[in-house]
Amino acid sequence: MALTVWVMPAGAGTKIVVGAFPNLDAAIKAVLPAFEQAHPDIAVELQVLGYEDYHNALLTALAAGSGAPDVAALEIGYVARYVARGGLTDLTQAPFHVRELTPLWVPYAVGQVTTTDGRIVAVPTDIAPGTLFYRRDILADAGADIQSVVTWDDLLALGRKVTRDLNGDGRADVFLVGDAATVARAMFRGDIPEGEGVYFDRNGRPVVTSERFVKALTLAQRIRREGLDAQIGAWSNEWYEAFRRGTVAIEISGAWFGGHLADYIAPETAGKWGVTNLPEGMYVSWGGSFYAIPEQSRNKEAAWTFIRFLTTRLDSQLTAFRAINAFPALMEAWDDPVFDEPVPFLGGQRARRLWAETASKIQVAVVDPGDAVAEELVNAAISQVLNEDRDVRSALEEAQQLILRRLRR
Amino acid sequence: MSVPSLAHRQRDAVASTLSARWHVWQRRIAPYAFISPFYVLFAIFGLFPLVFSLWLSFHNWNPVGGLGTMEWAGLDNYVYLATDPWFWKALGNTLVLLVISGLPQHLVAIPLAFALNAGLVRMRDFFTAAYFMPYITSAVAVALIFSTIYGTQYGILNTVIRYLASTRLLGWAFEALDVRLPINWLGSSAYIKPAIAILVMWRWFGWNTVLYLTGLQTIPRELYEAAMVDGATTGQQFRWITLPLLRPIMLFAVTLTIIGNMQLFDEPLILVGTGGGTSQAGLTSALYLYRTGFEWLYMGSAAAMSWALVLVIGVLTLINFRLFGRESLQRREG
Repeated sequence: MALTVWVMPAGAGTKIVVGAFPNLDAAIKAVLPAFEQAHPDIAVELQVLGYEDYHNALLTALAAGSGAPDVAALEIGYVARYVARGGLTDLTQAPFHVRELTPLWVPYAVGQVTTTDGRIVAVPTDIAPGTLFYRRDILADAGADIQSVVTWDDLLALGRKVTRDLNGDGRADVFLVGDAATVARAMFRGDIPEGEGVYFDRNGRPVVTSERFVKALTLAQRIRREGLDAQIGAWSNEWYEAFRRGTVAIEISGAWFGGHLADYIAPETAGKWGVTNLPEGMYVSWGGSFYAIPEQSRNKEAAWTFIRFLTTRLDSQLTAFRAINAFPALMEAWDDPVFDEPVPFLGGQRARRLWAETASKIQVAVVDPGDAVAEELVNAAISQVLNEDRDVRSALEEAQQLILRRLRR
Repeated sequence: MSVPSLAHRQRDAVASTLSARWHVWQRRIAPYAFISPFYVLFAIFGLFPLVFSLWLSFHNWNPVGGLGTMEWAGLDNYVYLATDPWFWKALGNTLVLLVISGLPQHLVAIPLAFALNAGLVRMRDFFTAAYFMPYITSAVAVALIFSTIYGTQYGILNTVIRYLASTRLLGWAFEALDVRLPINWLGSSAYIKPAIAILVMWRWFGWNTVLYLTGLQTIPRELYEAAMVDGATTGQQFRWITLPLLRPIMLFAVTLTIIGNMQLFDEPLILVGTGGGTSQAGLTSALYLYRTGFEWLYMGSAAAMSWALVLVIGVLTLINFRLFGRESLQRREG
């Protein structure tokens, strides 16, 4: 059910509708009082739907040509699909001139909403640098040190140390990671050559058979073959249970993952976690949210005022950060003292500074409309490599063929 | 008696035409006006999507750009489907699941309904209600519970199997079959289909039992009484009275199973996701259709796929009708 929140009385000049999903809506609500004060002439109506329902409803509205909000929030998983073909306003044009503002935001996030023909169709609000979360206690018990992990092979060696049978029943009780596929996905997201995307080169040719993918899937396969992962799919009940019981030593995820752990997955593990960068100096993006203006909006200027307020003002970005831990895309925000505060859940580590530094090192990757297709077909290859022990190169070859076929390139 | 004035006559004439019109409206048009809500709603929510999806299946369309971006593609989408290995794989999976989850449902439901109807079971109403429970429970909730049951490390099923394998009685069997424990029910392609089939069967056998129970109650008691007088055993009664007279209900129940299973969606979605799991072992046609349309945004291909599915369901229903239908319906007429 749509939840409609009237924030301003009707009849106060222009009214704009803002569409969002949980819990980004909480960040918007936190910023709203300040916006009302600064712009009493613009009334904001917030429409919130569940994550998938929201994006599907937005898709329907774009298809039908009416019913879309004036400001539409977009999650990174949907950006490539929505960005590449019409429907969203090109913000490089007058009166938006977004190019004057782009230096404010972390460059890779701007790259994620820039099309190959140079349009910019959304503005980043929060980002998610990818990092390696590890359990301090499990590593200590196994006599392993996270500092020893410099290369991806070191991670495998660490896995051999921590994967152990504790109760002597002949089966491992503690594993390196829940799902070896997570490691593969982190690896091929790093080291993207200049001007390329995760799955496609600048000419739209899939690159999933490149060495980057072969290396990533091969390592994941070794992890599975040696029994170092628990073979648990991410975001399943069993996966949560593994974190509660403390049976996996690491997880690679976005900066927001700590919040999920602390809020509902395993709050009782507070203080036992730490974060560090991925091996071999890889810096990867693992999530993020954006705001766009659908073409069909009749209040584009008011919508633009609102988006600018959310994304270019230091206090708005910090308010959103305090409300839902939305890591600011606005680089200026990282200078705030709050980024040097220790995070109790991560054992008092100054993790936000680490994430900010990670974010600044993430490369700009080209976004391709075929990303959603490629991602799923590569995932299919990964699951065959892991679960059926299929040859890495032949699985990737097949993925490449299927991508070309589906995209008709 | 005075002569009516002109004004009066005019008024009467107007009144009579009005009443005639009213009469016509009431007799001819009003019925349509009264039933029109159905037709209006049907046209909007039934007919329009149907026609639109057919129209769409001959186009290439990414919905993000709006309706104006539809491009005529002719038979392209159908040609693509015919040569798409994943479409055939999905169709094959769906048919396999139809057989391995559909057939056992009926093999369990018919004897069960017979036992309930024959009074072989105490607390008949309780069991009927209990068997029906899975059907009215939300598919999503059921599938979530089952995904917990199928868990690799902490799943109930694997815990039970591990215990069985550790006992002397059954341990040798697991060694002989070389079963690697724990079983990755939802990760390895060999187990995905059985895992889905078990869930589907569990969810639908009660529905079929109730259908058959209803059918059994239309069979006259006297036939059984006469058979008993002739000394027929329960098994013989089941074989020679119950099964033949149940054919019309079988036709109905099997048709529903075919249609329901060809559209299998919720259960595999929750268990293995829209990708269909390892080697697409759990990718059903409906999942592939959803993914093509709503995740990859190839609306034309998805529409073509849905019409291909209509065709397949039609053919299967026809086969089913040939098997169960003709004879039983003829008997009704006779």
